[in-house]
Amino acid sequence: MVAQESHAHSAPQGFIRKYVFSLDHKVIGLQYYFLALTAVFVGMALSLLMRIHLIWPMAILPLLGEIKPETYLSLVTMHGTIMVFFVLTTAPQGGFGNYFLPIQIGAPDMAFPVLNMLSFWTTFLAYLVMLAAFFVVGGAPLHGWTGYAPLSALQSAGPGEGLGADLWITSIALFCVASLMGALNFITTTLDMRARGMSMWRMPLTCWSWFITAILGLLAFGVLLSAGILLLMDRNIGTSFFVPLGTVNGQLTGHKGGSPLLWQHLFWFFGHPEVYIAILPGMGVASQVLSTFSRKPIFGYKAMVYAMLSIGLLGFMVWGHHMFMSGMSPYSAFAFSVMTMAIGVPSAIKTFNWLGTLHKGRIRFHSPMLFAIGFVSLFVSGGLSGPFLAQPALDIPLHDTAFVPGHFHLIMGVAAIFGIFAATYYWFPKMFGRMMNERLARIHFFFTLIGTYAVFMPMHYLGLAGQPRRYSQLTELKYLHPLLPLNTFMTYAAIITVAAQLIFLFNLFWSMFKGPKASDNPWEATTLEWTTATPPPHDNFAGRTPVVNNGPYEYSVPGAPRDYVMQTDPATVAAH
Amino acid sequence: MASFTPTVPAHHPTTSRGKRADLPPVAGGGDGGRPDPGSPDYGGRLRRARLGMAVALTPIAMLFVAFTSAYIVRQGLPTFDPNTNKVVHDWIPVPLPTILFLINTCVLLLSSVTIEFARRQLARQVALEPVQSIPGVSLGRERKFPWLALTIVLGFSFLGGQWLAWSDLAERGFYVATGPSSSFVYLLTGTHAVHLFGGIIALLVAGLSVVLNRPLPSRRIVVDVTAWYWHFMALLWIYILALLEFAH
Repeated sequence: MVAQESHAHSAPQGFIRKYVFSLDHKVIGLQYYFLALTAVFVGMALSLLMRIHLIWPMAILPLLGEIKPETYLSLVTMHGTIMVFFVLTTAPQGGFGNYFLPIQIGAPDMAFPVLNMLSFWTTFLAYLVMLAAFFVVGGAPLHGWTGYAPLSALQSAGPGEGLGADLWITSIALFCVASLMGALNFITTTLDMRARGMSMWRMPLTCWSWFITAILGLLAFGVLLSAGILLLMDRNIGTSFFVPLGTVNGQLTGHKGGSPLLWQHLFWFFGHPEVYIAILPGMGVASQVLSTFSRKPIFGYKAMVYAMLSIGLLGFMVWGHHMFMSGMSPYSAFAFSVMTMAIGVPSAIKTFNWLGTLHKGRIRFHSPMLFAIGFVSLFVSGGLSGPFLAQPALDIPLHDTAFVPGHFHLIMGVAAIFGIFAATYYWFPKMFGRMMNERLARIHFFFTLIGTYAVFMPMHYLGLAGQPRRYSQLTELKYLHPLLPLNTFMTYAAIITVAAQLIFLFNLFWSMFKGPKASDNPWEATTLEWTTATPPPHDNFAGRTPVVNNGPYEYSVPGAPRDYVMQTDPATVAAH
Repeated sequence: MASFTPTVPAHHPTTSRGKRADLPPVAGGGDGGRPDPGSPDYGGRLRRARLGMAVALTPIAMLFVAFTSAYIVRQGLPTFDPNTNKVVHDWIPVPLPTILFLINTCVLLLSSVTIEFARRQLARQVALEPVQSIPGVSLGRERKFPWLALTIVLGFSFLGGQWLAWSDLAERGFYVATGPSSSFVYLLTGTHAVHLFGGIIALLVAGLSVVLNRPLPSRRIVVDVTAWYWHFMALLWIYILALLEFAH
């Protein structure tokens, strides 16, 4: 036993143990991150194919040929599933959470390193199974990322609903198990592994967001798993949980008495918290970055935590607002509607606190800051259409139009992605020991901000004009002809936005090897990850145990020698 | 009558590694999970393992909460009968093998008791291990009843009993897909059985670590958290049985 060994497991030597089946939370975090990076490009490619098909329905596309309606539905399904599960759930929580939660709370690793490794490899397996659905007979499933029964519950319901759908459900179930293992690890680590002096109220808001996200995941993924088990039984054993009596292609299905609504309840009980699982880590990163680059303490730290907690709590009480169109008692709809609008309160608290943080700050417009401000912008513009859709009277005409994709892409998709970008630009120096190219980062930012607004803002107008969602053929419908120029514009905007992501990809990999060397604390930030070496050693603090004396956002403290007080600095000035 | 007077006070004051002894101004953090240099931190590992198990039981509870809500919703749903063109209720309660289920319940509760003995036996062994290593100290003959092995046997007996219950149902013509009611009987008991089997595997691993000569405290951690899991499984089984018996 080495006397100084303070780590649960010593640094591994061989390539396999070091980079593949690693127990180190930092390596696992990077594995999650790169998995999400490949997934996001698959997802983007699928969305480009959809956008191209929408304006040139007869175009012969590479690999796919002519897009049939069912192919289009497969694209919708796989785009949604891959983006929601393998990008928005994986990168912010699995990627950055794994890498930085232990370091920010001063721990040498996660509480259960082996479980952490299992969690990643189960996610990886789920990803492979999901991708396999493209290549089986019948192709990928048609039922959308929400997998509504009975379409998803009957093998004969369409091409892609055979083996493809089984693979889809299996992948989701595996993903549930992996996420539960991850959430278990995050919660235990946060509660038990904090360094001395790191009280809960001294944790950076990023840690709070990962912690609350883990609690949401812990409560939500078990329910999705149960729904997946029931669906697999309906499909393969002949039970009737979700399938009512009826015929497919003129033949009785052999099922009777099941309830498609039951699936929707179970799915959305998971599905709505999932939205917050995607966005909460982005909120944490935005808070961290806005405070650091405004050189001001975060405005209303405790209010931020309570707002996240109440968003999490309310998130479990509003699933019914996805089902106003599915048939719901007006009384239930009213209750769900009120609860949904109540989420506007903590969301507004967060927004105003971000603006309060910026107010009179000495703002440094570095690339992480640009993306954090972009996050706030998208959070507001995507969030404001939420109260529209929360009202049954407005949701019923808008629900099956492009308005809803416009809403959720801005707030859940692009805002969360901006959170990931902000986190990438912010922590890249710590993760890889080099700086990213700032000029490319700015070009990337402005193309992405304007591009995503150009793609998703018009969707609201299209929706108001009555353009339906999930229709593969829009050009045949006469009343949609006046909307074709706008659709064409959106497709070009999408192509340009996707192309701009190649700038990011180039910057990422080029800077990894050729970027200028980063110092230990290039942003002059206060939290624990900036007190250790760059990149951090195997046990994060090289055998030291950090002792925390200050809160996480002590910037511009009057009387302090510098404009920032690190969390490990002596507690001389930070008593307020 | 010489009475043994301890020269060491029974309650040691906590050392400087105690949680609140010498913390910086605002305290409240953990100790970063760091062991003392040079010794594996079994206390911290046990604490984390117990916390982790408590957290892990939450999604299992959520899984069964979801099944329960589906059970209750599905029970009340009418279905359309094409032969009579009427809306009917197709929920036919399954005649449960109640006697068999009660026997199984007894077996499971007994196993919950034996695993508790196994847990305490190991905790005691771990506590006494340093004393026993002092030369000349003997604690007398410890009776080492194989509680762990007995629990594994009882666990398998419970699963065997469940198998009998399923075959009994199948003999009377109630299969998984026969009706909504029978689907739920198999679903709930089956999912519970899978979870209990997981517990048995954990106990087998703990038993195997005797053979593999793994350190005693590490085996104790496995048995300790599995015991809590096992008690939870016993409670869960009683809940499932009550649900099936009284809400059908």
